[in-house]
Amino acid sequence: MTSLLDTEEEVMLRDAARGFLDSAAPVSALRTNRDAGRPHDPGLWREMAQMGWAGVLIPEPLGGADMGHRAAGILAQEMGVTLTASPFLSSAVIAATALRSAASDRANDALSHIAAGDETYALAIDEAAKHAPEQCALRAEPAGNGYRLSGSKTFVADGASATRVLVLARTGGIPGEAAGLSLFDIDTDRAGLTRARLDTVDARDHARLEFNGVEATGDDLLGETDNAMHLLRPALDAGQAALAAELTGLATGVTDMTLGYLKERRQFDRTIGSFQALQHRAAHLWAEIEVTASAIANAGRVLDETPDDATLAVSLAKARATHTANLAVREGVQMHGGIGMTDDHDAGFYMKRARVGAEWLGDYGYHAARVAAARGF
Amino acid sequence: MPDAAIDPAQFRREICEWIIANCPEGLRDQPMSEDSIVWGGRRWTFRDDDQRIWLDRAIAKGLTAPRWPTEYGGGGMTREQEKILREEMSRLGAPPPLESFGLWMLGPALMAFGNETQKAQHLPPITRGEIRWCQGYSEPGAGSDLANVQTRAEDMGDHYLVNGQKVWTSYADRADWIFALVRTDRDAPKHKGISFLLMDMETPGITTRPIRLISGKSPFCETFFDNVKVPKENLVGEVNRGWDIAKYLLTHEREMIGGGARGLLGGRSLGAFLDGLDDNVLSDPVIRAEAMAAEVDTLAFAMTMERYKDHAEAGGGVGNASAMLKYYGTELNKRRYELLMSAAGSGALEWDGAHGALAPEWLRTKANSIEGGTSEVMLDIIAKRVLELPSA
Repeated sequence: MTSLLDTEEEVMLRDAARGFLDSAAPVSALRTNRDAGRPHDPGLWREMAQMGWAGVLIPEPLGGADMGHRAAGILAQEMGVTLTASPFLSSAVIAATALRSAASDRANDALSHIAAGDETYALAIDEAAKHAPEQCALRAEPAGNGYRLSGSKTFVADGASATRVLVLARTGGIPGEAAGLSLFDIDTDRAGLTRARLDTVDARDHARLEFNGVEATGDDLLGETDNAMHLLRPALDAGQAALAAELTGLATGVTDMTLGYLKERRQFDRTIGSFQALQHRAAHLWAEIEVTASAIANAGRVLDETPDDATLAVSLAKARATHTANLAVREGVQMHGGIGMTDDHDAGFYMKRARVGAEWLGDYGYHAARVAAARGF
Repeated sequence: MPDAAIDPAQFRREICEWIIANCPEGLRDQPMSEDSIVWGGRRWTFRDDDQRIWLDRAIAKGLTAPRWPTEYGGGGMTREQEKILREEMSRLGAPPPLESFGLWMLGPALMAFGNETQKAQHLPPITRGEIRWCQGYSEPGAGSDLANVQTRAEDMGDHYLVNGQKVWTSYADRADWIFALVRTDRDAPKHKGISFLLMDMETPGITTRPIRLISGKSPFCETFFDNVKVPKENLVGEVNRGWDIAKYLLTHEREMIGGGARGLLGGRSLGAFLDGLDDNVLSDPVIRAEAMAAEVDTLAFAMTMERYKDHAEAGGGVGNASAMLKYYGTELNKRRYELLMSAAGSGALEWDGAHGALAPEWLRTKANSIEGGTSEVMLDIIAKRVLELPSA
């Protein structure tokens, strides 16, 4: 295992990302987007694509920057610091990894569009309140030379704004089985597909998708029939690791804000950060963030070096990040006192995104159980 | 001395072959216990011949102190090579041939602050397990407030005269020498009047008394100094600058207690232990949930230790962040032992029962978050020095 420290290139990437995001996407940009009812700023995504972020996991011949999963994690982490909303995770990480694993001409064509920033993707997997890919019941019935998709998906990240969607559908087996699932790559304008954006607490794009006999050709099938997990597993690993990185950045962002407040707010004629009761809580929180940062770096390294054996590293990162972000936002709001409860203050934005990030792609229990299974109990 | 440029894979093969050829079968894959540790010293008796053979062979190869210079009896290895050695020993179930405060603490301090005579005199006997050291830091009135040490060393011209008392001196009753913090200037501010002094425990006037702990064991002692004459050349570094050495060693000690806490990473594996229990305790949802969370945190903490070691190795040092490693590692270790005890149920309640020495181990972990600076002092250090929160 190589070192978990950032390399020189990674430090440069991190600094460059931080500089760009501080000016182009501060937390105030999230407020502006929310007040305008806009899940993210398409102009910002175009700029990110020009910097190579949309193609961070896409091969260079297809227009990507091919920087790897550790780099993708660094970008996601920095976006988390300022709660930057973008199609990065759905398109550049999850869809790009699935398409890259498919290794077909059509998938390569799709990858070049993601890298260029002119197509964005959503991944439609879950149908109930908890992440459980193998519980998929949406059916893809054979029809003519293709399939007809019927069923519904919920909590589809970027589902209302994406131009294309990867849909997990059942071509065999029964809900609960990982076998018998297939992955389809379809455009979101297709007849029979209706999309309704959910009004979620984090003000980002999450949608419910209804499939009423949506037609898909054999060409729309990504990879082999009944074997979606072959593509979905690496895509979910990549997405979970990047989401964990985002949550860790989020924890850092809200904690820096909280420490700043502790050093400035005065009560009882002293700076409140001088109270030991608050100092110890802040110090504990910092320790948790440091421990989580190691798991994040490790997940990126493992995905780059031994991607077929990444479950333990990825689930460890997502479990830790979920736990740490939750602690950071709870402490952040509490230590800000009354001001932290107001909509005018940014602390609440961190709390809401942390809650959504905790659920997306598997909650703490889901990932802790996978860690335990990988460790033999 | 291994070549620093040697290919890591080849180094791994060679070290693996050497361990298999040299570590006696009887020592391999044995559970860690009190009497499996070799501490060395003038009065040391080996449990069996295997321990003696393994130590002799490790000394000849420089493996008792893998990274120390060969001129002092070390192995002259790079950090990467030491890491490979540790990994291979752990994989092959070979125990450490020698453990001691000399290896962990005094050696590094002498290499950083000692003069050439002191290094030549003290380092080689440490690597050979001939001299066992203990640490004289805490006093009845200097626990968390360590800089308040009152044990005096008066300059008598040709020697120092030491009077006072230390407490929590680990294994002082079995140690040959002690490194201690003593007050050499009573008028200076408390951090500025402390010196770092080495004393032979056989010097007239030094007595020890073991302290019986809740675990039933007595790893700590009270140590008394009554008109003890100490040669002046036994003072390490500059007079009245001993606090610098103390801080350096405390950083070292905290990393060690944080990560090395026996049973945390090198000892009992949570999953394996739980699996080996008669009843399927993992079907208890509370124990299961706690075990999963403890496993998550243990793995992430192990990665954090590695990350900080890499950082220190790259020249960044660990500094005040060692307080975080100490705090997190010891609290985690206590949590794990609470979990092991509840998982094992009444089977763990005998001093020496079905699960070996689990009960005394569990009680011993309670000291982890006190010795070397309490968790609360660690949090103070993080708050003030790392997060730069204001003082009252």
